[in-house]
Amino acid sequence: MIGNDVNVVLPELVLVGAAMAVLMWGVFSKREVGAQALWAISALFIGVGAWIALTGRGTDAAFNNMFINDGFGRFAKITMLWSGAAVLLLSKPYLERAKLMKFEFPVLVALAMVGMMMMVSAGNMIALYMGLELQSLALYVIAAFNRDSLRSSEAGLKYFVLGAISSGLLLYGMSLVYGYTGALGFAEITDVIAAEGLPLGALFGLVFIVTGMAFKVSAAPFHMWTPDVYEGSPTPVTALFATAPKMAAAAMITRILFDAFGGVISDWQQILALLALLSMFVGAVAAIGQTNIKRLMAYSSIGHMGFAIMGLAAGSEAGVQNMLIYMVVYVTTNIGVFAFILNMEKDGRAVTDISALSLYSRVAPGRAFALLILMFSLAGIPPLVGFFAKLYVLQAAFDAGLGWLAIAGVVASVISAFYYLRIIYLMYFGEASEALDGKIPMLHMGLLAASAAAMVFGIINMFGVEGYALSAARALLG
Amino acid sequence: MTIGIEHYLTVAAMLFVIGIFGIFLNRKNIIVILMSIELMLLAVNINMVAFSSFMGDLAGQVFTLFILTVAAAEAAIGLAILVVFYRNRGSIEVEAANVMKG
Repeated sequence: MIGNDVNVVLPELVLVGAAMAVLMWGVFSKREVGAQALWAISALFIGVGAWIALTGRGTDAAFNNMFINDGFGRFAKITMLWSGAAVLLLSKPYLERAKLMKFEFPVLVALAMVGMMMMVSAGNMIALYMGLELQSLALYVIAAFNRDSLRSSEAGLKYFVLGAISSGLLLYGMSLVYGYTGALGFAEITDVIAAEGLPLGALFGLVFIVTGMAFKVSAAPFHMWTPDVYEGSPTPVTALFATAPKMAAAAMITRILFDAFGGVISDWQQILALLALLSMFVGAVAAIGQTNIKRLMAYSSIGHMGFAIMGLAAGSEAGVQNMLIYMVVYVTTNIGVFAFILNMEKDGRAVTDISALSLYSRVAPGRAFALLILMFSLAGIPPLVGFFAKLYVLQAAFDAGLGWLAIAGVVASVISAFYYLRIIYLMYFGEASEALDGKIPMLHMGLLAASAAAMVFGIINMFGVEGYALSAARALLG
Repeated sequence: MTIGIEHYLTVAAMLFVIGIFGIFLNRKNIIVILMSIELMLLAVNINMVAFSSFMGDLAGQVFTLFILTVAAAEAAIGLAILVVFYRNRGSIEVEAANVMKG
């Protein structure tokens, strides 16, 4: 029945409808409605997230298993929606200062969000591809959103070219899998593999698919777009890239690997282990020389995605659970860090050089302390939540017989601590220089403090995320 | 000689590789990169239609139509970004996209 199908995709439909309505409102309104549109879309994100959280039960499939609404998808969607709302709200002052507060911005973010929700709920290659492209096309545009800036347009261009290549690789892999298994639906592919094993052609397809996905999560050696795009895009867009799409891409990989290729874990485990190893080390080593904080956060994200992929490489229920926990912790930390970065200003101009943080603790001790906690958490220093998130994925990898990868992860984490600690060093013991202005809006201060507090108090019970992640992992694997 | 599926797959694989090389070996013009991307997507379409026709299963051809649509949207957005880039940089050479490095 079509009515049941529509019920299952209702949250997505509401978002699509709202995006179109806001678009029309912006086009036909006599005034500039950018700020109101942003409020409306963020409120909608929070509302839809709460709706999914409160009403979502069990597993529903719609449109002949094209779309699957299960606990795993809901977990990812709630994380994406709420982090997307937080980033949108944080963006407003920056966009207004940079004269970028146009109604297209929230509309594009809403459309990207629909794409992400499609990706994590896909049950078929076609649905996965359409969701991925909806997300990517919207994100290409907002990377180049500051169209008078050379850096922003270059970031958009680079993101577009590499994103299109990755889509091409992904599609080629999908065509091979289709040809050699005769199916596009994940469930059918699983059945074929269970009956007659993984044909060689489909294995090639799997490799292409993993490669294409590695581009999307910015895992090394397919990470080269990340630093440029993070640096060039307007800072709110960078903050968005570092949160919701990362969660979506990680969930999408998990979905396709476990739903379609869950029967041949040993065939993709080694690829993922290699991606994780390279990402962790590239993220740790290449960030050492960076002086631009956005670029530094880009390498940091590459390293963190390495740890998340390590959880996946374990190929177990605990691995998926710990990957989800890791991503939630990473996204939460990044919201706090970007609430800070968005307000790095001197004389009304945005500053991204980390030397501007010199002796920041004397200008604003509270904010410096919050950033200190967040940096310690990103570095994985006990007893903060970031440490436990890392510990969990290491444990999952170790239990799955990837002891060497877990040891490499510890080494990479020690190396990466260097650049996180350097920021702290600069803030507390740096050389005196002209410091940043001391202003920060209430909302940013609140989210920065909340994010830092979550890193400290989360160690008591992780706010229950562990249990939700476990049921999400069970929904996917069970 | 009968034309079997392996011929279609070979042509598609060749087109795909030409597309990839067109992107990575091209040192001149960003438009060429856009053309190479189209070539990659069309190679996938040939694959899909060939498999679909030889298996007698329509899903592959439906997928092809979706890919064609998305490719058109992608080209439109790519050209739009390229125009924005040209306005700021005054050039669409590949070497011109070098403001950010490291």
